[in-house]
Amino acid sequence: MTSQENIRNFCIVAHIDHGKSTLADRIIEKTGLLTEREMQEQVLDNMDLERERGITIKAQAVRTIYKAKDGKEYVLNLIDTPGHVDFNYEVSRALAACDGAVLVVDAAQGIEAQTLANVYLALDHDLEVFPVINKIDLPSAEPERVKDEIEDVIGIEAQDAPLISAKNGIGIEDVLEAIVEKVPAPKGDPDAPLKALIFDSLYDSYKGVIVFMRIMDGRVKKGTKVKMIATGATAEVVEVGFFGAGQFLPCDELSAGMVGYLTASIKNVKDTAVGDTVTEADRPCTEALPGYKKVLSMVYCGIYPADGAKYPDLKDALEKLTLNDASLFYEPETSIALGFGFRCGFLGLLHLEVIQERLEREYDLDLVTTAPGVVYKVYKTNGEMIELTNPSNLPDPSEIDHMEEPIVSAEIMVTKDFIGPIMELCQERRGRYLSMEYIEANRALLKYELPLNEIIYDFFDALKSRSKGYASFDYEMKAYEESKLVKLDILINKEEVDALSFIVHADSAYERGRRMCERLKDEIPRHLFEIPIQAAVGGKVIARETVKAVRKDVLAKCYGGDITRKKKLLEKQKEGKKRMRQVGNVEIPQSAFMSVLKLDEE
Amino acid sequence: MRSKDLSLYIHIPFCVRKCAYCDFLSFSAEDSLKERYIDRLCKEILNEAARYKDRYVISVFFGGGTPSVLRAEQTGRIMELIGSSFNISANAEISIEVNPKTADKEKFEIYKRAGINRISIGCQSLNDKELEVLGRIHRQEDFYRTFQAARDAGFDNINVDMMSALPGQTAADYESSLKKLLCLKPEHISAYSLIIEEGTPFFERYQEDALIRDKGGRPRYLPDEDEERRMLYLGRDILKDAGYHQYEISNYALTGYECRHNKVYWQRGDYAGFGLGASSCVDECRWKNTEDPDEYLSAGADELKQDIQKLDITQQCSEAMFLGLRLMRGVDEAEFAGRYGIEPSCLYREWIDRMMSERLMESADGRLTLTQRGQDLANYVWGGFV
Repeated sequence: MTSQENIRNFCIVAHIDHGKSTLADRIIEKTGLLTEREMQEQVLDNMDLERERGITIKAQAVRTIYKAKDGKEYVLNLIDTPGHVDFNYEVSRALAACDGAVLVVDAAQGIEAQTLANVYLALDHDLEVFPVINKIDLPSAEPERVKDEIEDVIGIEAQDAPLISAKNGIGIEDVLEAIVEKVPAPKGDPDAPLKALIFDSLYDSYKGVIVFMRIMDGRVKKGTKVKMIATGATAEVVEVGFFGAGQFLPCDELSAGMVGYLTASIKNVKDTAVGDTVTEADRPCTEALPGYKKVLSMVYCGIYPADGAKYPDLKDALEKLTLNDASLFYEPETSIALGFGFRCGFLGLLHLEVIQERLEREYDLDLVTTAPGVVYKVYKTNGEMIELTNPSNLPDPSEIDHMEEPIVSAEIMVTKDFIGPIMELCQERRGRYLSMEYIEANRALLKYELPLNEIIYDFFDALKSRSKGYASFDYEMKAYEESKLVKLDILINKEEVDALSFIVHADSAYERGRRMCERLKDEIPRHLFEIPIQAAVGGKVIARETVKAVRKDVLAKCYGGDITRKKKLLEKQKEGKKRMRQVGNVEIPQSAFMSVLKLDEE
Repeated sequence: MRSKDLSLYIHIPFCVRKCAYCDFLSFSAEDSLKERYIDRLCKEILNEAARYKDRYVISVFFGGGTPSVLRAEQTGRIMELIGSSFNISANAEISIEVNPKTADKEKFEIYKRAGINRISIGCQSLNDKELEVLGRIHRQEDFYRTFQAARDAGFDNINVDMMSALPGQTAADYESSLKKLLCLKPEHISAYSLIIEEGTPFFERYQEDALIRDKGGRPRYLPDEDEERRMLYLGRDILKDAGYHQYEISNYALTGYECRHNKVYWQRGDYAGFGLGASSCVDECRWKNTEDPDEYLSAGADELKQDIQKLDITQQCSEAMFLGLRLMRGVDEAEFAGRYGIEPSCLYREWIDRMMSERLMESADGRLTLTQRGQDLANYVWGGFV
């Protein structure tokens, strides 16, 4: 049994592209999978079984064995953190499972907004953070400048930071030694009642839910009756083990300080929420670990099958996805324009995109997605408050006292040439300027408060294009604030298209309405009759465009009797029609529903 | 019997120079390549002719490209071969496409002697500026000379191709071109509007403009929709007043001079195409020769044919509708029923009813036809039969 003295639980934090995964790969390469004693115990048999079943671990955690220069063998548990702000809560739980963090900073680019956000998060969790400077082999590397920057901006000691190149395997030993030296060993009580933090879980069709956890106190083994404190679920442990590189390695027991997994024939990932505390059913710990939060969806949108007949397939796919993703929410809804579909809730826009892509790729579905929206709080005159996720459900304006929208605090790191354009962008998006600090002569950190609904569309794209790619951005949910919001309706040929309605700030309604109409005019093909496209707020039309009636549509040319060519053209035309949605007597292409998501790309 | 009839299409892919709007299978070539091509073409004709021993050829059409870029005796050689390997009906219509500046009286005389009895001249416009924009090699003068040469050689059945909706063209310009042409009294006029085809220099130049027009906006170079319509209606009226009747969406003729070969396509008669990329339809089977010149020159007899498609009865009926409706006489319901075993009004009832109610189709004397508006929106109507 490894004593806690020889365990190091850590994570790597970095800005995207600064080399986090490469460093992780190098660490795994440089270390072993098993301790010398475990090797003798022939755990390999079990591993083969795992291999046959084809179970592989998501790269969330890996246990490696490192023989340090002091001659001792250390167990290094590397816990991966999702890189995106959408998964901020997951990141915070993963950090809570660690005792220290390796901060990777690019020797050429220095500190970015995301670096800061992640470091602060790690410091918030009382982790011992120490920097390594990566990509020192780049011609543009300036390790000394970056060291100074780390000390100035973050305020942590950086002069002895290992200078490495993860890509070329330079300095990896230094990183491992620093981990052993700087990350504190866990100090749990192995004899106390079990207290373990769930930082992830995975659904496996053979074993049920596999719970990823860090044992704080106590011990757990096969047969232990465990209880999840927040969800109240109980189960009898079937198996416990470690994370090998790519495999599960079963073991007899996990005890205080260790990172590992348990399985207990649990059928639903919702029972094993990230952040929850695992304890013993018969001898529960006195208090749960702090910080458990029910995951709330931040962004909602309607997802519909392009082909109405595929509704059961979509339902099936969503069910399967939620087995593994407790943060995905969905419920059936109906749209007049799009038929049967689902209102889905996501952690953020990236999460939405990931799910959409998985549905399309893994489940081979053709989808129509409606404009994403946030959760608005609608206070009614009768004192009732509703959380609005679908604009179509907005009560009549006469019943609304006021509405609130979510606000985020945002940090934008930008080089000085682009401060102007980025401030303009934030202004346009109703941002409230908080502060600006020069991080160094050439770069500034802008702090803004922004309404979430202004950044869920295309803020990233706009930010990138206006800063020529030099700005980085991070945000976190702050609060709900009262706001003058209205529902913008789109009428096509005088018929309201529910799937195109959305909530917008009153001041932006006209501008958005006008652009929507323009965009739709381009998207909707000409019909035999004239089609008015109108944007309306509360029944009052604020913008209008017209799709003129088609005057001429004929292939007069004769290609020397090549009838097949003509036929193909007609067939193509017909095929295009099939992919349209009928609203009243107007055929609307699916792309029209999506195109309004990209109003600012001009 | 009808099914014993056959039409022949001969493709000559050569041009002096490719026009800026043209997406037909054509290119300029050296004499030696033309000679090799004709050798290969003759071999193909000879090979294929064996299949059609029991057929009577009612029309032959030399299309291109510009068939008149061949030397007269080269054309004569092909004609001779056709004459000796097929049964040519005594009154067969034998047409050749000619471009101004590529044929003189002497050439026409040889054509005449070879048995050709109809000339189709690619004039396109009688406005020099427009001809230049189109990238044509000729100017209006050249056309008059060519037309006169054909007449002088004794041709009494001449078609002239004209185009509308050209960049910079107004309805008045188009009217002026047509009126000049009418002075010459050709027997047949094909009046097309310019289509901006992908893969042509025009596409590069006018693609955006065409998009604006197709959305109902104001293009910069091309005439807008209203102007384009005006040209079409104006053309129709002028030609009608001059005694030409419209028998097909884009074709007008004096009485007795409708192009028989063209009608074969729309009435689903059998035709065999020879040469590079030529299409055929025989016994309810369609195919197309390879479009790759090297492959054509080297391929064996059977390797030429591509995209062989046996048409089932549904496809036959569908074709009969969208092809038949191109003709002003439309689709004769009894004829249709006799040939395909089912009435069109029965097979396509829903669509036909809808088209009638939208006033795009009408029915009279047992024939289904497109209305004036139906002609403008023909693709939409045809789409329902595919």
